[in-house]
Amino acid sequence: MKRRAQRDDGAARSEGVSPSMSRRRAMTCLAWAGGGILWTLEGGVPRGMSLGGVAASAAQTASGAVSGNTLSFVQISDSHIGFNKAPNPDPAATLQSAIERIRGAAQRPAFMLHTGDVSHLSRPEEFDIAQQIVNGAGLETYYVPGEHDVIGDDGRAFFARFSSVSSVSSVSRISRIAPDDRSTGWYSFDQQGVHFIALVNVLNLKPGGMGYLGDTQLAWLAADLKGRTHSTPLVVFAHMPLWSVYPAWGWGTDDGDRALALLRPFGSVTVLNGHIHQTLQKVEGNVRLQTAMSTAFPQPAPGDGPGPGPLKVEASQLGRTLGIRRVDFTSLDGAPSLGDATLAS
Amino acid sequence: MQSPHLRTRAVQPRVWPGRLVITVSSLLTLALPLPLPASAGEATPNTGAVHIENFTFAPATLTVKAGARVTWINRDDEPHTVTSASTPRAFASGALDTDAAFAFTFDKPGTYPYFCAVHPHMTGVIVVK
Repeated sequence: MKRRAQRDDGAARSEGVSPSMSRRRAMTCLAWAGGGILWTLEGGVPRGMSLGGVAASAAQTASGAVSGNTLSFVQISDSHIGFNKAPNPDPAATLQSAIERIRGAAQRPAFMLHTGDVSHLSRPEEFDIAQQIVNGAGLETYYVPGEHDVIGDDGRAFFARFSSVSSVSSVSRISRIAPDDRSTGWYSFDQQGVHFIALVNVLNLKPGGMGYLGDTQLAWLAADLKGRTHSTPLVVFAHMPLWSVYPAWGWGTDDGDRALALLRPFGSVTVLNGHIHQTLQKVEGNVRLQTAMSTAFPQPAPGDGPGPGPLKVEASQLGRTLGIRRVDFTSLDGAPSLGDATLAS
Repeated sequence: MQSPHLRTRAVQPRVWPGRLVITVSSLLTLALPLPLPASAGEATPNTGAVHIENFTFAPATLTVKAGARVTWINRDDEPHTVTSASTPRAFASGALDTDAAFAFTFDKPGTYPYFCAVHPHMTGVIVVK
């Protein structure tokens, strides 16, 4: 069962778990994590750590893996509060479970990103429930909207509640806000030398299209990046993937290539998305694009079945399909390590 | 590439309502007085219905008479919208949850493209004659 948990952890695979890693050590990690493992690379050597628990904390301290310069944050996505059907009649409970894991982690993250679809139907009560649960983590949380958060009002209710200004306690850290209109929702900020950029690709969607950034936002992005040294590590977060994962299901961003062209000159670029409720990775040079699991329900692999609706998994399997991501900047070259953990225990 | 097992599971919950619809419409068809004349194929109806299932509007193109009332029903486990593609929008349903319906009366002849604002790859057209 625990070996199965390892297999289910797509990001652990993608991090390049060494076949030479001893089974005993792997099993120890799994025992700590109960299905959730943080994989880090130290000098090219993969190391597994639990997302929670005293043992992990001791191991981190002993190995010196976590120093004062480490920047750690957490990504959650697609909480879909308001969804009430199979395979998850209660996404509030699974979001709560995710938040408890984050709150209980031995190493406290600096902040949290929510990459959209906070709600299922853009209803105020759905935003209320999500906000209360997410705030339970006690972390600053940076949001971008998903298409489910902007139905019918172009996101006005979402931005009124989750805009970078109202959701962040230390506003001074936000270095730039879209100059002409804060309600557009994109912004950037700096943390310990890493530059974070929130993009919105769920507004002004075109019939027959996918996600969309638009000329105004792309111009803002170009201006935001101009003058930054290319050695500055970048973390970009948006709801829909910037690359075309599966256009037949609308899984991509029509003008995502224009954003990627602006990002490519930088030496370390990590693009974090939600939307497709599973972990998929694409690496282009120094740009790593990475989708995330939902905390609500899984979706099928691209093209598997008639459409991208909720995948009806057995109740006992649901936790294995949901998850959270932890990102740690520990290496000298600025490339982060990503650890995806499922909610299975 | 597609897994028959997964597909079966995903489709299963929708099979019974689908069969019911087929049964009801079959009965209606049977109840009708006999086969329509050949020219009936060219007649445009004064009501219309579009089924939303598996992230698709069916039929994708629907032709109706001016004054016809068209109803969309969402049979997916995901919310969809019926949103006019024109500017300004001729009609917009807002979020349609599972089994929710939206209706709009098309008074003027014309071509009315629309899409789902949540899943914009879903598109359809109402042609009003």
